[in-house]
Amino acid sequence: MLEINNLHANAAGNKILKGINLTVSAGEVHAIMGPNGSGKSTLAQVLAGRESYEVTEGEVLFEGRDLLEMAPEERACAGVFLAFQYPVEIPGVSNMYFLKAGLNSIRKSRGLEELDAMDFLALIRERMKILQMDESLMTRPVNEGFSGGEKKRNEIFQMAVLDPKLAILDETDSGLDIDALKTVAKGVNDLRSKDRAIIVVTHYQRLLDYIVPDAVHVLFDGRLVRSGGKELALELEKKGYSWIEEAVLQGK
Amino acid sequence: MPTSTDSIADLANREYKYGFVTDIESESTPRGLTEETIRAISSKKKEPEFMLAWRLKAFRHWLTMSEPRWPNVHYPPIDYQNIIYYSAPKQNPKLESLDQVDAELLRTFEKLGISLEEQKRLSGVAVDAVFDSVSVATTFKEKLFELGIIFCSFSEAVQSHPDLVEKHLGSVVPYTDNFFASLNSAVFSDGSFCYIPKGVRCPMELSTYFRINAADTGQFERTLIVAEEGSYVSYLEGCTAPRRDTNQLHAAVVELIALDNAQIKYSTVQNWYPGDKDGKGGIYNFVTKRGACRGVNSKISWTQVETGSAITWKYPSCILQGDNSIGEFYSVALTNNYQQADTGTKMVHIGKNTKSTIISKGISGGRGQNTYRGLVKILKGATGARNYSQCDSLLLGDRCGAHTFPYIEVKNPTAKVEHEASTSKIGEDQLFYCKQRGISAENAVSMIVNGFCKQVFKELPMEFAVEAQKLLGVSLEGSVG
Repeated sequence: MLEINNLHANAAGNKILKGINLTVSAGEVHAIMGPNGSGKSTLAQVLAGRESYEVTEGEVLFEGRDLLEMAPEERACAGVFLAFQYPVEIPGVSNMYFLKAGLNSIRKSRGLEELDAMDFLALIRERMKILQMDESLMTRPVNEGFSGGEKKRNEIFQMAVLDPKLAILDETDSGLDIDALKTVAKGVNDLRSKDRAIIVVTHYQRLLDYIVPDAVHVLFDGRLVRSGGKELALELEKKGYSWIEEAVLQGK
Repeated sequence: MPTSTDSIADLANREYKYGFVTDIESESTPRGLTEETIRAISSKKKEPEFMLAWRLKAFRHWLTMSEPRWPNVHYPPIDYQNIIYYSAPKQNPKLESLDQVDAELLRTFEKLGISLEEQKRLSGVAVDAVFDSVSVATTFKEKLFELGIIFCSFSEAVQSHPDLVEKHLGSVVPYTDNFFASLNSAVFSDGSFCYIPKGVRCPMELSTYFRINAADTGQFERTLIVAEEGSYVSYLEGCTAPRRDTNQLHAAVVELIALDNAQIKYSTVQNWYPGDKDGKGGIYNFVTKRGACRGVNSKISWTQVETGSAITWKYPSCILQGDNSIGEFYSVALTNNYQQADTGTKMVHIGKNTKSTIISKGISGGRGQNTYRGLVKILKGATGARNYSQCDSLLLGDRCGAHTFPYIEVKNPTAKVEHEASTSKIGEDQLFYCKQRGISAENAVSMIVNGFCKQVFKELPMEFAVEAQKLLGVSLEGSVG
């Protein structure tokens, strides 16, 4: 589904990604771990099409299409979803209205009929149960006055409604207490399917106790330096990132 | 909740929608302004002596004044002797029904989507349509008449209710008030008059559509609304104008009077020709709007959505005279391309426990310059007065400007005055977030702007709110990119 070949990207002139190679197939969950500043969030944002990053080399294919050629909204319509590390507030625009505009825009691009208010309401009521969302959050302005946990839950809820093919979760666990973490993880697990690929970007292993990945990759200094199964995450948890850093610096 | 954000994409490349010119013979005074012009206007309108005398006093006073230079707007000098001050569409002398109205005129109304017949049949909105300077048709009059409500053109009111006109005209905005108000007092051609008798709640929204037509005709409208004790009225003012190459001056005056326990809600959606994208042409909109809360517990609310005009200069204000009276001002002002707006309000607290609320939302795109200028004045006797002001500015792009000039004068120690202000730029973050959810850049901007204005839109009557959102969409064209 997703094929990243030798991806290089800059932010404000600094080289952040220095040759990423990664293949993710439908039905798989991949975790990308790494220390702060390793380029995890940059990778997530570049895949979603953030303009402030400059791709200098490499290619990204999404279902065989050149993803880097597509505008952010085209990527969204094609089925790429990013759960933001810092969800953005939009004052005065209700969460429900925002989500309906997004969903209908995506449906339209796929030649599907737009959902009317009633059908949309039925859909979000059903998806809200997965995330144990309070219905009052729907009528409040997008993310405004939401607690950290509510914001993150709202991201996964949006994912549940927009039903993407590829979901990238950027530090969805950060700032969550253990109960909120479990709720969010349950939401993600409910959304696992053979047609969907999920990339979980995280600093800590603890999220992976609840969302068990098929593969774990370690990102260090703009490159994926280790790949393995879920046991790699446990090893990182035990030893920290420094042993990988040392190993990389010693050229192993 | 915004409802029409998806219309912006198809509107993006559209020229000013209402920029057509209707071909009707006009009967005009020659260019220029002298006492003769004023006498001619007054006599064409068969006005009683007191009107002519008042106009002449205003004119003589105007001659001693000079144009204000303090607003934060820039425009070439206006040649007041090169303006046609009176222009009336020729028509049959007496109109008993719509059949007698010039067919061309009716077609113009239809193009504007305000077919009087439709209005009559469907909407329950009484329309006093001002075409250029003379009112050509007035609807729902009988129904209003039964309640004792007078809603007619200003000229008609001068003929049929001279006592009311003489009593109230200039009592809120005197002819000496300011340069443009004095000019208006001298030469105003027509406008609307509205009188709600004691204890009557006007059952429908009263609505006026203004339209500037004949070339180079300055428009000088005058509106007077009197709400007697315990009455209520909601008044809508909507404007569109055909496009022009030379700037057109518009200097209107609106006076509102609310007596004991009376309430007036005045809503405006203003969409005059703003000039083209290089800033050429467009209307100069220099307006004086003021309401007097004369009675106890009276209330006046101004709600305005300003998207048009090359230059907007207006400060709908409230004089809070009666104890416990309330003044409100809700405003959205958008400037795009080379538009300039200097707008705001004045709240003058005189009575005890008077309250005022100011919510101002300024949006600047292109090279637009948007200024909020407001005065909150609490006089000595206004014990327990309260004001809350919130002024928010939103910038689209980096060539536009937002300016805020709040003036606060407090002479009573028990008063509470709060002022909050913010300036924000539509964030890259917000846009990217919307786009990542599949929403196009145009729709995202429209959505974010509508969200920004929501506090004001919710004060507008329903159908007006929808119109306002559409207007905002049209006016935002080319503001991002």
